[in-house]
Amino acid sequence: MSNLQLRIQSPPFVHSGHSTQRIMLMVVVALLPAVGASCFYFGTPAIIHIVATIVTAVLCEALVQLLMNRPVTVRDCSAVITGLLLAMNLPPAAPYWLGPAGAIIAITIVKQVFGGLGQNFVNPALAARALMLASWPSQMVAFVAPFDAISTATPLVAIVNSDPMVVHPTLLQLFLGEVPGCLGEVSALALMVGGLFLIFTDIIDYRIPTGILGTIFLLSSLFAGPGFSFGFSLTFGVYQLLSGGAMLAAFFMATDYVTSPVTPKGRWIYAIAIGFITVLIRFWGRYAEGVSFAILFMNIATPLIERATTPIKFGEVKAK
Amino acid sequence: MVHIQTRSFRGGVHPPAQKLSASVPFRDLPPPDEVSIPLRQHIGVPAEPLVKVGETVRMGQKIGDNLRGLSAPVHASVSGRVRVIGDVDTADGRKGTAITITNDGQDTLDETITPHPEWEQATPEEIRGLIRESGIVGMGGAGFPTHAKLQVPPDKKLNLLLVNGAECEPYLTCDHRLFLEATELIILGIKVLMRVAAVEQAYIGAKVTMEGVQDALWPFLEKEKGIDLVLLESKFPQGEERQLIYAVTGKEIPSGGLPWDLGVLVVNVSTVWAVGMLVTSGYPSFQRGVTVSGAVQQPSNYMVRVGTPISALLEAAGGFAGEPGAIILGGPMTGLPQSSTLVPITKQNNGVTVFAKGTVAGGGTTDCIRCGRCVAACPYRLLPLYLAKEAERGDIEQLNKFNLLDCRECACCAYSCPAHIPLLHWMRLGKGQLRAAR
Repeated sequence: MSNLQLRIQSPPFVHSGHSTQRIMLMVVVALLPAVGASCFYFGTPAIIHIVATIVTAVLCEALVQLLMNRPVTVRDCSAVITGLLLAMNLPPAAPYWLGPAGAIIAITIVKQVFGGLGQNFVNPALAARALMLASWPSQMVAFVAPFDAISTATPLVAIVNSDPMVVHPTLLQLFLGEVPGCLGEVSALALMVGGLFLIFTDIIDYRIPTGILGTIFLLSSLFAGPGFSFGFSLTFGVYQLLSGGAMLAAFFMATDYVTSPVTPKGRWIYAIAIGFITVLIRFWGRYAEGVSFAILFMNIATPLIERATTPIKFGEVKAK
Repeated sequence: MVHIQTRSFRGGVHPPAQKLSASVPFRDLPPPDEVSIPLRQHIGVPAEPLVKVGETVRMGQKIGDNLRGLSAPVHASVSGRVRVIGDVDTADGRKGTAITITNDGQDTLDETITPHPEWEQATPEEIRGLIRESGIVGMGGAGFPTHAKLQVPPDKKLNLLLVNGAECEPYLTCDHRLFLEATELIILGIKVLMRVAAVEQAYIGAKVTMEGVQDALWPFLEKEKGIDLVLLESKFPQGEERQLIYAVTGKEIPSGGLPWDLGVLVVNVSTVWAVGMLVTSGYPSFQRGVTVSGAVQQPSNYMVRVGTPISALLEAAGGFAGEPGAIILGGPMTGLPQSSTLVPITKQNNGVTVFAKGTVAGGGTTDCIRCGRCVAACPYRLLPLYLAKEAERGDIEQLNKFNLLDCRECACCAYSCPAHIPLLHWMRLGKGQLRAAR
């Protein structure tokens, strides 16, 4: 019985088995259907964009951490997700340097400068995307139709411009992803499969996608008249849900742990506000696409939301 | 009557139950050659020795007591001679005075010990005195002296006895086995406590996954008026007083309050059993059921004399399975890690859980990713991630603002943290800072 080496620590001595790395890998797995769809519709350029952006993100994270004399944490795979999500936001005909440039912005400026994983106050991929839209506006809208390289506008842009020459895609085409758009956002089906996988494996909270998509659907159904005036159409609601970055954002971008509230009530508020701002920008703003700006706004509001939604503790005696 | 609907609470976690010894009946662990009986086996002031070195003592004899303040007496668990009175390692890692008795192997019973069949005629005050003299304390782990729980302040009134049989810690099965093997004693203990507390209603809270408990209790539930069974979901920390009361009554104990604020008396099933033993045989509290489980050859349940070293239990269970990495008194969620196998079992210890080397959770901490799992798991609706951060910064004001003192240390936050942050450790550190600041 002597010479035992026994661990002394605060409990617990068992653990749920969750780890940051495992969670990140699950998110990557959940994105695989969308990656597959993007390669299917846009071919080799999609693969090059995705690989180049991920590799740059990971290398950049390691390099910055080495330069800052901090432990290198690329094994947590969070840079892989940042790279992958950023690539998902690229238009297929973008130049190949665009993704890597964005990855450097995301990792260096948005993430590491603020202290690395868990410290960034906005979603790195989205903040980088916003910067890229401002810096390289023409490259960021290099949309092409699936299966060929003819440049074209996305369905949302077509709606805003109400161009009579454009043939709007059917709901089925939107659902499957046979529409012009960013690499990862086109196939609602693929994104939903991945998103539901994350909900059922308890990786993401159902509240965030439900709140965002529910709000977008409700508001779009109510403002379906000409020029987004008051008018009721469920079809238009579904159309708005399936087009643009709504699905990608609701399941994969807004659910970023670091930049969304930790309180259950706060998550509802955060999600509903994102849906609301998205519709506001899509219908009455200058951009046809609004969900990424909506998320960035609400990322910044997250600390305030948390402060306002701190749960009432167990056994709190209610004030009279 | 059985409440078929399974009751539970909000938050919590589902660690694998690992009830390896659930079907192993109790065996008496032969008393060792020497027992060390700590004078502190309860919340409150330690007992003071009533015997001297060299003195002969009998089994069940009161050998320590303290009439000043909240305390409980301790009793000899064997007959023999007091060899030494001095400091030993105790379960919580501190040194504590213990009376070490060399066992004469006779188990000669103290002559004052007689059954108390007259309890039905005795006044509640008399029974309460008996419970105090028997040194009965909360045997679920907390060790709160039972007689003190029964002394309700004049402005409160009890109306419900709640028997805690949730046994929500993984591995532990001694409460489950007591339900099956000592059903009659438990029912008797409940009736005694109902009389002392002057309540008309008792609920037995048992976990829905405890095999055979409903069948064992059924004949008694049919017969006894005012004793009912409530089935509880298998979730941790279902056995924590506040969550148990919430599950059964739907009410929350006010922050900083006690069960009697809601008129509820919560007593662990092992404690109820001890009360049953007291009236049927007169035995004071010097033995208890203990589960030995985890990485041992034969996970088992033993009836153990207080003061028996952990090593005797481990040996009885066939020794370690593989090299041990941690030995825990209690279960793995809230138990106390041990550095020595010589630590004596007290009235508070319901189990010895062994983890093989390399299987102990802990370490490998990475940065918080704000996933909110700790928030979802916390049954007290606190924000553990911020409490840990403020404890690290030592910000007393923020620790109070985030209600650190409402943390009951169930460890659900740390269990669910994917960054493996030792959240409970930070909570404890923060509480230390609050104490130091006062």
